Amino acid sequence: MALLEVSNLDVRFALRQGDVKALRDVSFTLDRGERLGIVGESGAGKSVAAFTILNLIAKPGYIADGSIRFDGRELTTMKPRQLQQIRGNKVSMIFQDPMMTLNPVLTIGEQMIECLKAHRRIRRRDAREIALNKLHQVYIPSPERRLDQYPHELSGGMRQRIIIAIALLLDPDVIVADEPTTALDVTIQAEIMELLLELCEKHNVALILITHDLGVVSQVTQRMLVMYAGRVIEQGPTREIINDAEHPYTQGLINALPQMATPGQRLNQIPGSMPSLANTPPGCAFHPRCSFSVDANGERRRDCREVIPTFVRSGNCDVACHMVRELVERHSPEHDASDNGPSEKREAL
Amino acid sequence: MIAFLIKRLFHAFLVMFIISVISFAIQDNLGDPIQQMVGQSVPDSERAELREELGLNDPFMVQYLRFAKNAMHFDFGYSYFYGEPTIEVVLRHLPATLELVFATTVLIMLFSVPIGVYSAIKPRSPLSRLFMGVSIVGISIPVFLTAIVLIQIFAIGVQFTPFPVDTGWGSWLNGLLSTDGGMPAYGRGDVVHVVGTWSTNFASLEGLSYLVLPSISLASIMLPLFIRLIRAEMLEVLQSDYVKFAKAKGISMRRIYFVHALKNTMLPVITVGGVQIGTLVAYTILTETVFQWPGVGLMFLDAIERSDIPLIVTYLMIVGLIFVITNTLVDLIYGLVNPTVKLTGKPA
Ligand SMILES: Nc1ncnc2c1ncn2[C@@H]1O[C@H](COP(=O)(O)OP(=O)(O)O)[C@@H](O)[C@H]1O
Ligand SMILES: [Mg+2]
Repeated sequence: MALLEVSNLDVRFALRQGDVKALRDVSFTLDRGERLGIVGESGAGKSVAAFTILNLIAKPGYIADGSIRFDGRELTTMKPRQLQQIRGNKVSMIFQDPMMTLNPVLTIGEQMIECLKAHRRIRRRDAREIALNKLHQVYIPSPERRLDQYPHELSGGMRQRIIIAIALLLDPDVIVADEPTTALDVTIQAEIMELLLELCEKHNVALILITHDLGVVSQVTQRMLVMYAGRVIEQGPTREIINDAEHPYTQGLINALPQMATPGQRLNQIPGSMPSLANTPPGCAFHPRCSFSVDANGERRRDCREVIPTFVRSGNCDVACHMVRELVERHSPEHDASDNGPSEKREAL
Repeated sequence: MIAFLIKRLFHAFLVMFIISVISFAIQDNLGDPIQQMVGQSVPDSERAELREELGLNDPFMVQYLRFAKNAMHFDFGYSYFYGEPTIEVVLRHLPATLELVFATTVLIMLFSVPIGVYSAIKPRSPLSRLFMGVSIVGISIPVFLTAIVLIQIFAIGVQFTPFPVDTGWGSWLNGLLSTDGGMPAYGRGDVVHVVGTWSTNFASLEGLSYLVLPSISLASIMLPLFIRLIRAEMLEVLQSDYVKFAKAKGISMRRIYFVHALKNTMLPVITVGGVQIGTLVAYTILTETVFQWPGVGLMFLDAIERSDIPLIVTYLMIVGLIFVITNTLVDLIYGLVNPTVKLTGKPA
C-alpha cells in the first residue's frame, strides 16, 4: 500500500460567479521515501493540490469529491483534531515565500518549540534542544543565537533553512514543498534544493516537490506529474518524461527550456496562455494551443474539442491525450480499442 | 533608543510650536475681551487704558513671543472671567475630563478586542452580523443624539404601554418595554478628593454610576470604529501565509487565534487606537455639554461664550500637549512591542 493515495480529487472554490473547479479528477500515489514532482504553469492548481493534501483548503474552497488516504487513513473526512495531529507531524509543508511564512512577532525558537509542543508531551528545555539540533542539520550558523532572533533579522535563504528545519522537526513521513526556491535569489536556490534533497534522502522522507522548474524536477524527483488547468495530463517516471514526453503540452514545456533553444533565436514558447480555471475550454483544455489538435484539413479535431481525454498507458507513463491514444492503439493492435475510460484510468494508476 | 527619543521630542516641540502659533493667532478673531471684562458704563478712555495695560495693542510678534516665553512656564495669563491664572482653571477642570476619557478607554478596550476578534473568527455567525450592524449605527449617530437617547431611557425612564395594563401578562410585557430611569446624568455627583485639584469618581459605586452614561456616549463612535478596525486587521492577518503555515504545523486554532494572529492584529491597532484615544480628550466637548460634566470641554465652551481668550488659548495648548504626549507614548509602545521596529533615530 502506498503511503499517500490521492484519488479522483475534485476541489472547488465557491465564488459568487459560481464554482471555480481548481482540481479535477486528480489522482496520484506516493510511496515511502519517494520523491514526486508536480509541474505546471502558474495557475494550474499546484498550490491548491499541495494544501488539499493536508486538507487545508480554506473557504470558499472545498473538496467536492475524491479521497486522500494517508497511511491507510482517510483525510477528507477526518475530524479537525486528528487532522491537526497529522499536520506538521506526519506530513509537513514548506511554502514558497520564506519572507511571509514565519510569524514576524514570534522568535524562531518560539515557532519551533510550539510545533514540538503541539505534537509531543515534551518539556520546553527538551524541545529547545531538538530545535537546536535541527538547526544544526540545516547548516544554520550559530543556531543557539538564532533561536532568540526574530524572522526579520534573517535573510530569505536563512529563513527557508529554518522553515526546512521546522518541516523536519517531528521527523515526518512526507514533506510537501510548494515552490520552495522560487522566491529566493538564483544563487541560493541550488543550495536550498540540495539541502532539501540531502535531508530527505538521509531521513528517508518522501517529498512532493511542486515547481515550474523542469531542471530541478529532473534532478530531484523519481516520478512526476504534469498539471494543466486543474488536471493531471501526464505522469510517470521523471527520466522518461523529460527524455521523451508524450503529451504535446509537456513537450512544449520541455522545448521552451532555454537550453533547448538554438543560440541567438527566440525561446520555443507554447503559443497562447493557460486558460483561467473559471472557464476552461471543453474537451481537452489544452486543445486551443495544441498544434496536434489540428487535422490534415487544418480543422480542429472533434474529439479534442469535445471529449475530455482519459489516460492511456505509453511506456511507463500515463498520458491524457487523444493523439497519443491513437498512436498507442495503432501500434498495439491487440489493445482493446473500446473506450472504457474509468476502468482504464484506474488500471493506469 | 536615545536618538529615537530625541527625534520624537523634536517632533513634539515642532507640533507644540505650530499649535501655539495657531491658538494664539485665533485670539484676534474672537470678539473683544474688553467688552466682556467691563460693564456698559465704562467710558472709552478707560477701555483704551485697560487695552494698553493688557498689551492688546502690541504687534502680533511681540505678543506671541511674550506668550511663548510665559507658556514655557505654563503661565498663560489670567482668565478674564475667573480672574485667576488660566492654568489653575484648566487644572481644576482637567481631572473630570481625564477620568471620563479613562473610563471611556477602559470601555473601548474591554469590548472592542473580544468583539472585534470574535467577529473576525466567525465572520458569518448571526452574532457577528449583529455586532457589525450595531456598530454601523453607532458610528453614524451623532454623539449628542446618543447621549439624549441614553438620558431618556436610563435617566428619565420611558413608560411604554402597548399592552393592556389591567392584565397580569400585559403589565409584565409593558414592564419589559419600560425603564425606570434613575441613572445619574447630570454632573459628577459627589467626588472624593485625592490630591491637588484631583477629585475622583472612581472611589465609590455611587461615583462610578455618574460615569456610566457619559462614558457610554463618548464611546459610542470610537468603540464601533475600534471593533471594525480590529475585525478588519484580524481578517487580513488570518489570510496571511504565516497563519496558514501555523495551521500546516498542526498548531491548535486557539493558539493560532490568540498568539499568532492577535499580536499581529494589535500592532496597527495600537498606533491608530492610541492616536484616537488622544483625540478623545478633545471630543469630550459635546458629551460634557449634554451631561454638564464639569471638565475642560464644558469649560472651553463657556470660555468661548464669554470670549475668555486666555482660557481658550490655554485649553488649546493643554489639549494639544496631551495629544502630543499620547502620540509620543504610542510610538514608544509600538516600538517596544513590535520586534521589527528598532528604536533608532533613523527611519526604518
Ligand atoms: N482562495 C481562492 N479563491 C478562489 N480561487 C482560488 C483560490 N485559490 C486558488 N484559486 C483558484 O485556483 C487556481 C490555481 O491556483 P494555484 O493552485 O495557486 O496555482 P499554482 O499552480 O500557480 O500554484 C487559481 O488560478 C484560482 O483560479
Ligand atoms: Mg502556487
